[in-house]
Amino acid sequence: MENGFLCRDRFQDLLEALRSLGYQCIGPQVRDGAILFVALVAAEELPRGVRDIQAPGSYRLERTAGPRFFGWANGPQALKPLVFAPREVLWRAERAEDATIRFIPELPPPLRLAVIGVRACDLAALDLQDRHFLGPPAEDASYAARRASLFLVAVHCSDPSDSCFCASTGDGPRASTGFDLALTELDDGFIVESGSGRGAQLAASLALDAVTGDMRSEAAAQAEAARARQRRRLPSRDLRAALFARLEHPRWALVAERCLACGNCSSVCPTCFCHAGVETPELDGAASVHARVWDSCFTQSHSYIHGITVRSDTRARYRQWFTHKLGSWHEQYGRSGCVGCGRCISWCPVGIDITEEAAAICTGTGHD
Amino acid sequence: MTDLMVPHEAEVVERISESATIFTLRLRFRDGSRHARYRFVPGQFNMLYLYGVGEVPISVVSDPQDDALFDHTIRAIGRVTRGLSRLQPGDRLGIRGPFGCGWPLEQAQGHDVMIVTGGLGCAPAVSVINYVMRRRQLFGELVIVQGVKHAEDLIWAQRYHRWSRMEHTQVMVAADVGTALWPWHVGPVTELFAQARINASDTVAMMCGPEGMMRVAADHMRALGIVEGSMWLSMERSMHCGVGRCGHCQIGGKFVCKDGPVFNYTQVKDLLPVRGL
Repeated sequence: MENGFLCRDRFQDLLEALRSLGYQCIGPQVRDGAILFVALVAAEELPRGVRDIQAPGSYRLERTAGPRFFGWANGPQALKPLVFAPREVLWRAERAEDATIRFIPELPPPLRLAVIGVRACDLAALDLQDRHFLGPPAEDASYAARRASLFLVAVHCSDPSDSCFCASTGDGPRASTGFDLALTELDDGFIVESGSGRGAQLAASLALDAVTGDMRSEAAAQAEAARARQRRRLPSRDLRAALFARLEHPRWALVAERCLACGNCSSVCPTCFCHAGVETPELDGAASVHARVWDSCFTQSHSYIHGITVRSDTRARYRQWFTHKLGSWHEQYGRSGCVGCGRCISWCPVGIDITEEAAAICTGTGHD
Repeated sequence: MTDLMVPHEAEVVERISESATIFTLRLRFRDGSRHARYRFVPGQFNMLYLYGVGEVPISVVSDPQDDALFDHTIRAIGRVTRGLSRLQPGDRLGIRGPFGCGWPLEQAQGHDVMIVTGGLGCAPAVSVINYVMRRRQLFGELVIVQGVKHAEDLIWAQRYHRWSRMEHTQVMVAADVGTALWPWHVGPVTELFAQARINASDTVAMMCGPEGMMRVAADHMRALGIVEGSMWLSMERSMHCGVGRCGHCQIGGKFVCKDGPVFNYTQVKDLLPVRGL
């Protein structure tokens, strides 16, 4: 629902309103040459007049003269670290003198987070993570606690990067669902829409101006331009049959020659969910902490069973990542695991392009 | 979910040495009411937690109606299992489970049963053999086929001898490499399949062992006339969570820990021949 127009110099009001509801604001800021989501206190901290130049294996920021806060595509993070924490303590075991062991479950600290500047691709990825962590056999308690604490302020993407292909996956550049508030950034301010009851309440507490017809046409033109600008695309939204018919395609060996199996793609991927159980005994031996930490199917240990590494080479590991992302997700959660954010392309140190590989593998017979 | 992810304290009641590296832990939960509530079906597994070291998935080998204890037969090969091998009666560990789908034992009632195991992977199937033995009148002919690489790899030889003396039960064991006093077949175990005394079209087959072995065994069983939909197999993959979240156990779109570990052959036959999936 469209709520009104927030002048650029009133953006701070939005942050204050969220703070008054008990939320800590997290927003995009320039850190170490990239845009990261970090604690946001003042609107001046936002990346005003910054754009990102992304390409296979490359991510650079540039200054522009413009007034906009959100004139860039994305940084490496998405929402994943906020809900599926890179390290999450699940329980603690305490051993008494008589050798009995007590298990104490742990949950993340209750913290209400409002995230400013969420992209459509990030919301689509969050929905996929929800399907994975909140579905049967039971909700994951740690994920559910973090997820319930989020207030999401989306900003429709106006400046997709060269790596983006969300229009092809159907997940952007405009956010259509999953947000509390969504903003369309224009030079003078923001068209505010609400997507939830609490979003509407918050919007009602802001001093908003009327949205004019000119603003609406500019917003529509901007959305269309953002879509038209994207040049990359996947051959289809459902590549499952095509991929599983081509598990021995010669391209897997070719891409494995370039792939470093570093796991950057799975780290920046907003939907990759693999994690490992990690045990950290305390030095006095009286307790031991069991955590889950992000893992990657590119590591040797990922497929290790009793002395055997099932996926022993990079070809098998890249194939696993790729066929899972674009194929098996359909079987598991009813859609592709790719939301077109392009992060795996930009953050790959050798610039492997998932759309290029998909085209090479999925077109033709697979025996060429 | 907390309940699924957090272990419960259990106690080693007995430790049985099966071979130089294989041992059985007989366990019970310290909390009596939890122990009384604990139910599993053969083919399911628990996550065993060794204090300060970590967790491993191990199938339950005991009988589901044995209320006193539940058993895990384990090969000491990794960091956790080597540590578990040093546990003695009275020692404590953590247990989460049971997880996964078990063998189709109700579906197999009234039919002949053929159990094929290979290498050291026979533990999940031993629970089925024991299950059938204790409810003998519910099933038809029972054929037990076990293949090992080397004669010395066979554990539980006495059990195979004992089973072979039971009525309506046929035991066939083969070693690729025999020894002087090896009483059974020397050569690929699949050479024995044609001797199986079963009504193939009325047989439920259950397999456990290396994937290559199961694939070849399935081909031979199909040749005997056993229908694909009546063949079941237990798969193995790395598992850290047991509930389909950690991602390690995936084979194609399946999570072995929750969609399996027991699968119908038709669910995985396209994936079995692919190396490194």
